[in-house]
Amino acid sequence: MDPSDVSNPRYYHKVVDCQWGCPAHTNVPEYIRLIAQGRYTDSYMLNRVSNVFPGILGRTCDRPCEPACRRGRVDGKPVAICRLKRVAADLRDDIKDRLPAIPEKKNGKRVAVIGAGPASLTVANDLMPLGYQCVMYEKLPRAGGLMRYNIPAFRLPAAVLDEEVNNILDMGVDIRFNTPVQSLKALLDEGYDAVFVGSGAPKGKELDIPGRWDTDQVHIGIEWLGSVHFGHIEKIEPRVLIIGVGNTAMDCCRTSKRLGGTDVKVIARRSRPYFKASPWELEDAEEEGIEIVENHAPKRFVVENGTLVGMEFEQLEWTEVDGRQKSKVIGTTIIPCDTVILAIGQDNAFPWIERDIGLAFDPKWDMPIVDKATFQSTRPGVFFGGDAAWGPENIIWAVEHGHQAAISIHNHCQGIDVAQRPADGMNLVSAKMGMQAWSYHNDYNPSPRAQMQHEELVKRFSNVSVEVELGFTPEQTAREVQRCLNCDIETHFTSKLCIECDACVDVCPVNCLTITHDGTTEAELRGRLSAPALNPEQALYTSAALPQTGRLMVKDEDVCLHCGLCAERCPTAAWDMQKFELIRAHAGGGVA
Amino acid sequence: MTSIAKPPVTHPSLPKNALGLTRRDYEGAMSTLCAGCGHDSVTAALVQAFWELDVPPHRAAKMSGIGCSSKTTAYFMRQSHGFNGVHGRMPSLATGANAANRGLMYIGISGDGDSLSIGMGQLSHAIRRNVNLLYVLENNGVYGLTKGQFSASADIGSTSKKGDTNDQRPIDPVLLALSLGATFVARGFSGDKAQLVPILKAGLRHNGFALIDVISPCVSFNDHVGSTKSYRYTREHYEELAPVDFVPMRREITAPEASGGAMSIAMHDGSVVRFRKTGDDYDPTNRDAAYAHVRRHQERGEIVTGLLYIDEKTQDLHALNRTTATPLVDLPYEALCPGNAALQELMAEYR
Ligand SMILES: Cc1cc2nc3c(=O)[nH]c(=O)nc-3n(C[C@H](O)[C@H](O)[C@H](O)COP(=O)(O)OP(=O)(O)OC[C@H]3O[C@@H](n4cnc5c(N)ncnc54)[C@H](O)[C@@H]3O)c2cc1C
Ligand SMILES: Cc1ncc(C[n+]2csc(CCOP(=O)(O)OP(=O)(O)O)c2C)c(N)n1
Ligand code: SF4
Ligand code: SF4
Ligand code: SF4
Ligand code: SF4
Ligand SMILES: [Mg+2]
Repeated sequence: MDPSDVSNPRYYHKVVDCQWGCPAHTNVPEYIRLIAQGRYTDSYMLNRVSNVFPGILGRTCDRPCEPACRRGRVDGKPVAICRLKRVAADLRDDIKDRLPAIPEKKNGKRVAVIGAGPASLTVANDLMPLGYQCVMYEKLPRAGGLMRYNIPAFRLPAAVLDEEVNNILDMGVDIRFNTPVQSLKALLDEGYDAVFVGSGAPKGKELDIPGRWDTDQVHIGIEWLGSVHFGHIEKIEPRVLIIGVGNTAMDCCRTSKRLGGTDVKVIARRSRPYFKASPWELEDAEEEGIEIVENHAPKRFVVENGTLVGMEFEQLEWTEVDGRQKSKVIGTTIIPCDTVILAIGQDNAFPWIERDIGLAFDPKWDMPIVDKATFQSTRPGVFFGGDAAWGPENIIWAVEHGHQAAISIHNHCQGIDVAQRPADGMNLVSAKMGMQAWSYHNDYNPSPRAQMQHEELVKRFSNVSVEVELGFTPEQTAREVQRCLNCDIETHFTSKLCIECDACVDVCPVNCLTITHDGTTEAELRGRLSAPALNPEQALYTSAALPQTGRLMVKDEDVCLHCGLCAERCPTAAWDMQKFELIRAHAGGGVA
Repeated sequence: MTSIAKPPVTHPSLPKNALGLTRRDYEGAMSTLCAGCGHDSVTAALVQAFWELDVPPHRAAKMSGIGCSSKTTAYFMRQSHGFNGVHGRMPSLATGANAANRGLMYIGISGDGDSLSIGMGQLSHAIRRNVNLLYVLENNGVYGLTKGQFSASADIGSTSKKGDTNDQRPIDPVLLALSLGATFVARGFSGDKAQLVPILKAGLRHNGFALIDVISPCVSFNDHVGSTKSYRYTREHYEELAPVDFVPMRREITAPEASGGAMSIAMHDGSVVRFRKTGDDYDPTNRDAAYAHVRRHQERGEIVTGLLYIDEKTQDLHALNRTTATPLVDLPYEALCPGNAALQELMAEYR
């Protein structure tokens, strides 16, 4: 078998599961170590490089890093990566003087940015330091996009949002509030060097079933949340049904509880394992006394004398047929209610983009055709990102799209092919400080995952903007940082030094290592290791032939604890612990 | 030494044995031996053997003397009984313990210094008495613990780390044991667990004294060019006998008997040691042939490894001395101490 190529940054990057799983590839282990050292501001700034909004994301991120986290495969619960980010954001000092410098002298290029959501803000964040002039058009009177007018303040306090959004606007972005772009053609005629479309997916889906238009007591979730944000809605009837069980449904049901809803039910078509909302969102809702009703499909709104009195549902039973879930109606039922909120998804809408300007739309979905790597539409110089590109995602994806689009815009404006992406690089430095002494804390802490403290229910319901999560206590933080397994401190092997003494193989607590004869295929090799490597998602490291016997050193990366015992027991330093740092390409930088 | 203890977590696919234990459950304290010491690999092989045999750790006793090798008893089966005695005296301790409590499984760990210099007489008599004991001699050609002086197993012409040459004849523990009438004699290498683990298992199940001489390099004082007990030298001069498979009693023997020359030997508890077929027709039940075979290869500078000699028909210490079948701890007080009348009766015999 070919030896693993660890000089390619992708090899070790993949070992850092959280960083690999994070759409923006945030350097999680390093920021956690900085928190452990009390260097909150450094930790915050390291976060900001990748994810731009550490305070916001430390409260609201969808956290794809956590299901990916190695610790979850070791003791069942991932490191509380997201809420540690919040610790850094909450405890840091003022960072104004550490934000990138904005050149007085501009580079002469003007970029129009449509929308003031996270995708657009990231584009501005990356381009302003390079001397671009960014003109940002926003339909509404405030910046932040859905983070502002849809994510409720009890999850994301306005002050946190304001500071991080203003850090970007204050770079000198020419922001034009209450200015919806009504014609892309007209905007292009203004002669911008590039245009970024970050207008989101602003249209909530309708549910056109009998009775829908006979009452005014049915709301569209994202519009309703927006009205609550702007103070147009301050109350709700006691009995509320939320249709749908995604993120929007969760925010609608919890907001209802704060506006007077006493009997709030979330209605789902399917059963719990198939819900879109994350388990922790469901837990938070249930803690607030919200009932979640499974396997009910809406049939009609029951309206009597012009008043909504309930909704009729078909009760479903799901069975698996050929690997797909099939439903069967087993009955109907009427659930009484005063108000219904529809939270069954969002659509994109581009009525303001003309179809004759060389910007092609997919005829089937009526969505612009956007390149997955460059974020460019079929009209050169017009880029898309965030929910506007391929439909609703989340904040961290919007940020990553923004970074990538900024690279393209920079290329485009400098006359470089947008497909020519700057490459990622890496640093790899030994973590050895002396005999059995490392530059990181290599011991394993068996503590269970820290539980977030919540505000008591009475206080929560008193006001829509009382933040529910209180953050970690110092003791919780101190333990939680130690749960991180330092996946960026890599076990780095030098074949020619190995004398095949087996010491590393014998000492490894999780039986990652095997010295064995060469294999025919990886699958075959996986079966005959010290402990069979059953998780094919994780790499197998295979060395070059060892000097004494020609066998191979094989490492199953799956549950390596990065404890460094292999390196401590190696008499020849064939194993060393080396700190890997991914150097990500960004607009105006990267490894050529 | 390591900076931390082994984290208490395991690989998700780590298997369990019949007692519901993983290999990790057979470990002991963290080793304080040098990084890369062969003795730590022997420890790992022992752990594997105990785990595979479903040994209940509390039914075993680990005995040792002095030396780096003798320290290894601390590094496996933390739940077992044990006694770490003075230099070279482990065989007496094991003999005494075994005489008193024949119900435990005895594992003695020693070194070439501990066994072939100060403890040579002790070793000889334990062999002669056929104490039911697995005797692992971790052989590195030096006194590791006292910083690398030549031991009695150092070969003529091999050099010390500083460059001195050894001119004295070596004592080969395998030849010694064969000539003293040992009933189970084997040689292994710490760097070859595939061979060592089945031999350890067979040795544990052998009803009598089982000597396993394990070449176990001392990385700190005897792994240089000029050493004849280094990892590289051992690998380059390695001569493996027919590999053995150990088939425990409880497991049904489903694999077809290896045909043509392969040999199976039944152990007293019903387990089977099976020798795989090789080119030469070596007979592991012929003591003289075994002796000659080892000598012949030694002459050519080759290190013969494998299960060299086995005799399952002899009697152990207890059978030879016609002792009670019950361990002394399990005898009722009246039987252990029959009282003054019985004593007087005995004394009368001598008057
Ligand atoms: C209720 C709800 C809760 C959510 N909770 C989370 C969460 O907890 N975590 C998470 O990661 N994600 C969450 N999301 C998703 C997340 O908010 C979005 O994926 C993200 O905000 C998308 O960012 P964006 O920049 O693409 O667009 P948006 O945030 O939608 O911003 C687009 C901006 O463009 C403006 N705009 C639109 N059209 C025009 C126009 N023609 N001219 C000028 N301006 C225009 C809009 O007013 C808006 O300000 C949630 C979404 C909803 C609906
Ligand atoms: C009575 C007595 N004499 C001498 C010593 C010093 N001494 C300690 S260990 C040792 C030799 C150990 O050699 P070996 O048994 O080969 O063990 P190794 O360290 O090589 O594994 C000696 C001579 C001692 N501890 N006690
Ligand atoms: S253990 Fe730490 S470094 Fe490893 S994946 Fe989890 S958070 Fe990331
Ligand atoms: S760092 Fe080395 S010893 Fe520790 S778990 Fe990983 S491979 Fe095993
Ligand atoms: S401890 Fe070092 S020398 Fe020994 S087998 Fe492992 S890598 Fe090779
Ligand atoms: S001195 Fe030699 S025998 Fe003793 S622990 Fe070190 S390597 Fe092993
Ligand atoms: Mg020795």
